[in-house]
Amino acid sequence: MLELKFDKTKCADCKAVSCLVKCQYMDFDRDKAKVEWQKVINGEDSVVLHDCVTCYSCEEYCPFGNHPFYLIVERQEEKGILPAPRPITTMSINQCQPIGRFTVGKVEEKAMSFCFLPQFTLLAGGKLFEEIAWSSIFGQEFFCNAMYLHFARMSVIKDRLPKIIENIAKQGIKELICLHDECYGTFTSLAPAYGIEIPFKPIHYYEYLYDKLKQLKDEIQPLNVKVAYFRNCSARLIPETDHFVDDIFGLIGVDRVKREYDHENALCCAETIRMSKGPELADDVQKRNLDDMLKAGVEYCVFNCPACWDSLVEKVVRTGIKPIHMIDLCKLAIGEEQALKPPEPALEV
Amino acid sequence: MSDIYEALQTIVGKDYVSNQAEERYFYGRDPGLMPPHEPDYVVMPRTTEEVQEIVRLANKEKVAVVPKGAGLSLTGLVIPQIGGIVLDMKRMEGMEVNEPARYVIVEGGVTHAALKSHLIKHYPHLRHSIPDSPPIATVVANAVIHGQGRLTQQRGFNSDMVSGLEVVLPTGEVCRIGSCAVSSYWFSKGPPMPDLSGLFLGWFGTTGVITRLGMKLYPCKKMRDVMTYITDRVELVPDIIRKLAHTEMMEDIVVSCAPLPLRFKGVFSMLVYITGDTDEELEFKRKMAWDTLREYFDSRDGGFMSVSPYMKPALLAMPSKDTTRFADVSKGGGFEYSGPIAPIEKYPQYVKKLEELALKYNLFYSSAGRVIDGGHSMMFSFSYTFNRADPDTMNRAKTALDEAAEFALDEGGVIWKPNINEQRMVMERMDPNTLKLLGKIKQLLDPNGIMNPGNWEAK
Amino acid sequence: MIQDYASQIHRCFRCGYCKFPTDYSSINCPSYRRFRFESYSTGGRLWLTYAWLKNEIEWSEHLANILYACTTCKNCVEQCPMKFSTDIVDWIVGARSDMVEKGRIPPQVARFFEAVHGYGNPLKLLRSDRAAWADGTKKYEPGDEYLFYVGCLGSYDENGQRMAKSLADLLSAAGVSFGILGNEEECCGNEVYMLGEMGLFQTLAEKNNQQFKDLSVRNIVTLSPHAYNTMKTNYPQFGADFADYHYTVYHYTQLLYGLIKENKIRLANNKAKVTYQDPCFLGRYNQIYDEPRQILQSIPGIELIEMERNREDSFCCGGGSGNFIMDLLAGGKDSPSRVRVREAHDTGAEVLAVACPSCLTMFTDAIKAEDLDDKLVVKDISQIVNESLASK
Repeated sequence: MLELKFDKTKCADCKAVSCLVKCQYMDFDRDKAKVEWQKVINGEDSVVLHDCVTCYSCEEYCPFGNHPFYLIVERQEEKGILPAPRPITTMSINQCQPIGRFTVGKVEEKAMSFCFLPQFTLLAGGKLFEEIAWSSIFGQEFFCNAMYLHFARMSVIKDRLPKIIENIAKQGIKELICLHDECYGTFTSLAPAYGIEIPFKPIHYYEYLYDKLKQLKDEIQPLNVKVAYFRNCSARLIPETDHFVDDIFGLIGVDRVKREYDHENALCCAETIRMSKGPELADDVQKRNLDDMLKAGVEYCVFNCPACWDSLVEKVVRTGIKPIHMIDLCKLAIGEEQALKPPEPALEV
Repeated sequence: MSDIYEALQTIVGKDYVSNQAEERYFYGRDPGLMPPHEPDYVVMPRTTEEVQEIVRLANKEKVAVVPKGAGLSLTGLVIPQIGGIVLDMKRMEGMEVNEPARYVIVEGGVTHAALKSHLIKHYPHLRHSIPDSPPIATVVANAVIHGQGRLTQQRGFNSDMVSGLEVVLPTGEVCRIGSCAVSSYWFSKGPPMPDLSGLFLGWFGTTGVITRLGMKLYPCKKMRDVMTYITDRVELVPDIIRKLAHTEMMEDIVVSCAPLPLRFKGVFSMLVYITGDTDEELEFKRKMAWDTLREYFDSRDGGFMSVSPYMKPALLAMPSKDTTRFADVSKGGGFEYSGPIAPIEKYPQYVKKLEELALKYNLFYSSAGRVIDGGHSMMFSFSYTFNRADPDTMNRAKTALDEAAEFALDEGGVIWKPNINEQRMVMERMDPNTLKLLGKIKQLLDPNGIMNPGNWEAK
Repeated sequence: MIQDYASQIHRCFRCGYCKFPTDYSSINCPSYRRFRFESYSTGGRLWLTYAWLKNEIEWSEHLANILYACTTCKNCVEQCPMKFSTDIVDWIVGARSDMVEKGRIPPQVARFFEAVHGYGNPLKLLRSDRAAWADGTKKYEPGDEYLFYVGCLGSYDENGQRMAKSLADLLSAAGVSFGILGNEEECCGNEVYMLGEMGLFQTLAEKNNQQFKDLSVRNIVTLSPHAYNTMKTNYPQFGADFADYHYTVYHYTQLLYGLIKENKIRLANNKAKVTYQDPCFLGRYNQIYDEPRQILQSIPGIELIEMERNREDSFCCGGGSGNFIMDLLAGGKDSPSRVRVREAHDTGAEVLAVACPSCLTMFTDAIKAEDLDDKLVVKDISQIVNESLASK
C-alpha cells in the first residue's frame, strides 16, 4: 500500500503556512490558515477540502516540499469529497484506463513520451526531433495519470502508476523525454512522494529542446518577439524546470514579458475549475489572465500543455494574440513552420 | 409484363427505366434487416406528369407502385413487398425558396444535402431541420416518415414543419394540399382549412406520391455551439431534459449512452446545442443551461464537460457522420434501430431494456434519444449493430429489435417508422374505430391497392 | 489489399456519403451522376459485387458495365466516413481482377487489354509510330538528368501529342537535360492496373523498371498524372531485382514550378481568365494541388478562378480507368466531361487549364458537344506556359 511521504512535523514548525496563505482562490490569514491546515493534517473536515480548485500551486508554495496538495487530494478522497461531478470523474477515469492498446515507434533507450495526448504527434517533428523521431510511445498504457489529482482520485494514480512505469521500462527505455510537462511532474514529484521508484531517467522536454537548440545555434534566427508564457498547473510540481523557459527564450530571442500572472502568481487555464466550480470563477480566471496578456502587449501566448491549449486557444485567438506551443516556437526560430495550429472556427450552421 | 416496360420507357425515356437483375437486386433491399423483395421495374420520373402517367398505368395493369427517396429508413419501408414498380424520385430535383414567407418548395427527389447547400449559398440566414441520416435522404421521404432533425426539439417532427403538398393520388389525379390549394403561397399544410396533410404524412406512400412539398425555413443564426452534459444517474435524465427544455433556449437536445468507447461506460451524455447571432447571446444561453441544472451540479450528480475545440466540428456537423459510422462498429456494415417515440419520463425503463436486450442477444448497442417539441416526447433509439456477413448476428439483432418494439408499445410509446411487422403490432393495439378509419381512407384513396402494398394493411 | 476485398466488401452501409463533395452541393461520383441508378453509385457497386461473390446474382454484361463504369476517381475514398474508406478503390480493382481472371469483362475492356498487350498502347496504334509526335526530341541517354516519360495518350492522341510537344519545347527552352524513350517506350500500365489485369500490369511494370535500370534513369518526369501515380505507388512493389535501384518520379507541373521559381522560365503577360481542373491522379491520389495553381498564378495577367468543386472535391473528367478510350460514361448531357465543362464555363473563365492528357482529350470533345467552342478552350498547363514565355 503506497503511502504519502508527508511529514507533519514540518508543518508544525512552519510559520508562514504559505500553502494556504498564498492560495489564489481561498482567503486565509496566517492564523486561520494554521487552524484549517491542522484540520487537514488531522483528517478532519475543512473548508480547504471543499474550496480547493486543484490548481496544484501549493505544491510550489510549500518551501519544505511537504506535498500539501497531495495531502489535500488524499483527504478529499477519504472523505468522499468530489471536486468534480461524479459522472465526469467516472468518465475521466474510464477514458484513460489501460486497455492493452498503445502505439510505439522504433523505441530505443532514449525515447519520447507523447503520454496520451495526440497533439504531440503533430508537434514532435522537424529538425528538433530528427534523431529520435521514431522513438516514441503513446497511449493509455503510458499515460501519467496525474490528471486524477483534479478528481480526488489518488487511488487511481496509486493503482495505475506502477504499471505505467513498468510498461515504459519494458520498452527498454533508459531516458524518457517527457513532452507532457505533467509526465515529468509525475515521475519526479508525485512518484517519489509515494516512494515509487523510477527505473529510467525522466528528461523534461524543455531541457531536451534547450540542448538541441544549442546544437543548432547556427541555424537560429532570433524571433525578437514579446510573449506571454502560460504557466500550467503541473509546472507547480516541478518549479525547478522554469529556468529552462528563460534559457530557451534567451537562445531564440524571445522576451518573456513581465506580467502579473506569471511565475508564482500564474493563473491556470481554469477548465478544470469550470468543471468543478462552474463557469463564473473559470471565466473570471481566464479573463484576468487574458487581460493581463493584452495589457502586456504581447504578440504570442506560449503554451506548455496541450490541454491548456485546447481550453484556451480560441479565446486567445479572439484577443488577437497568437497562440503557440513551446515546441512550435522553437521551430519558428530555426525556420520551420508551426505544426499545432488553432482550430478552424467550429461554426457549422 | 414487357408491355409495362415499354410503356414506362415511353413515359420517362429508355435511360431511366430498368428491369435488369442488378437494379432489381439493389432496389429490392435496404441497409436494414427486413427481408428483400425485388421490384419488377425501377423507374426515375422527372415531372409530376410522368408520375401521373406511371400511376395510371399501374392502376390499369394492377401493378404495385412504391415511391422511394433514398431508402434510408432501415425498416424496409420502400422494399416492394409484392414487386411492381419502384419510383426512384431522385430526378425531381427542383427547389424554390420564398424568402419573405420563409418556406421552400422542393420536388420529390430533393435531398437534404441539396437543400442545405442551396440555403448556405443563397439564403444563409435561413435553415431547415436536418436529420442525422446521411445527406442523400430526401426532404419529402424524411417528412413522410415523420423524421426528426436539428430543429425538432424546438419545432416538432420534420413533418410538423411541412407547409403544403402536391400529391399524385393513387388514382392519378394531382391534388394540392394546404394553403397552396387555394393560394399561390405554401405557408401552411392545413390551417385554417381542414387539414388534409394527415392523409399523406406518415402513410409511407400508401395514399399517393408526394411530388412537391413545402418545408418551413427558420432563422439561421451566425453561430452555433454544443455543450456536453454528463450524468450517471439515469433517473435524473427526464428532469434534466425538462429543465433544459424549459429554458426555451436550446436548439437540439440529444441523450446518448453506449458501453464503448470506455469513456461512455456508465454515464449518460447529453449534447445540448445552442445558437446565437452574437457572443452575448451564446453566452447567455450557456449561462441559462448551467443555471437550470445548478442543483445537480451542486449535488455532484451531473455537470458540463469541456469539449476540445478540435472535437466540436464532428459534434456540430449536420448531418452527424458519427451516426452513420455506428454501422461499422462491428466491421459488419450494418446497424438498425428501433426508435419509438416515447414519454420522456420512461427513459430509465427504456435504458434498462436496451441493456437487457443487448446482453440477452449478445449485441453491441448504443442509444441516442432526441427530445421532441419542447419536451412533449422523445425519440429513444435501441440501436444494435450486426455483421452483414454473419446471418446469425442479423437474426439476433432483428429479434432484439422486435422485442424492443413490443416493449416500447407496452410502455406507452409508439413505434416510429415501423416496419411491416411493427405496423401490425401498432394496428393490433390501435383503437378499433381508428383502425377502421385508416382502412377506409386507404380504400377510398387507393381502391386497387397498388400503393406500397403490405404497409398499413389492417388485415 | 486486393486479396482482402472479398472478406471486407460487406462493410459498405450504402449510406451514400460517397456520392457527394465535401459541401454536399452536387453529385460528385461520375458514374452515379451519369446514370443516376443507385447501382452505379459506389454503394451500389459494392453491394452488387458482394451479391456476385455470394452467388446471389449471376455475372452479366450489365453487372460488368456497372463495375467498369467506375473511373476510380477516389471521391468515395475521400468522402466515405468509415474506417475502411481508404480501401474502397482497391476493393473495386480487386473485384475487377476477379472478373478478369474469370474472363468475364465487357468487350471494350477486353479490347483495351489486347491493344496494350499487342501494340503497347490501348489505342491500338503501331509501336513504330509512338514517337511520331517527337519531331527531333532527343532520346534519353544515361547521364541525362530526366527521362521524360510521355505515355500513350501523349504519344498517340492528337490532343495529347500537342501537350507532349509543348512540354518538350518548354523543357528544352529551360535548358533541362532530358530525353525520351521514343518507340521503345512501353505503356505505364496505370489503367491496366485499375482495370484489374494484374498479370499484364506486372509485365509492364517489370519491363519498364528494367528499361529504366538499364538506362540508369534517376529521375522521371511524366506528362500524365496516371503514369506518375503508378510509377510512384505501384512500381516500387515489383521485383527483387530492383531492390537496389531507385528513381524519383515527378509530374511535369512539379518540375515546371521549380523552373519558374529558379527563373529558368521567364514569363510575360498573358491576360486570360483561367479555371483549373484538378486531375484525380494528381489531386486526390497524390495530394498535389498547389504547384499547378502556383504556375498559373506566376503568369502575369492570368486570373485564376476556381470552380466550386476544386481540390479534393474536383469532379472527375470521366476518363479514368481507361474511359478516355472506352468511354463507358459517354452519351448525353449527363456525361461527366460535359457536366464539368459547363461548370468551367459558368465560372466565366475563357480557358480550362488541365494537367492531364486524359482531361485534355475528354474536355476537348465535351466542349464541342456542348457547343462551347467559341467560349471556352481547354489547354494544358505547359501549353499556357509556352504561350506566356517572355521573348528571348
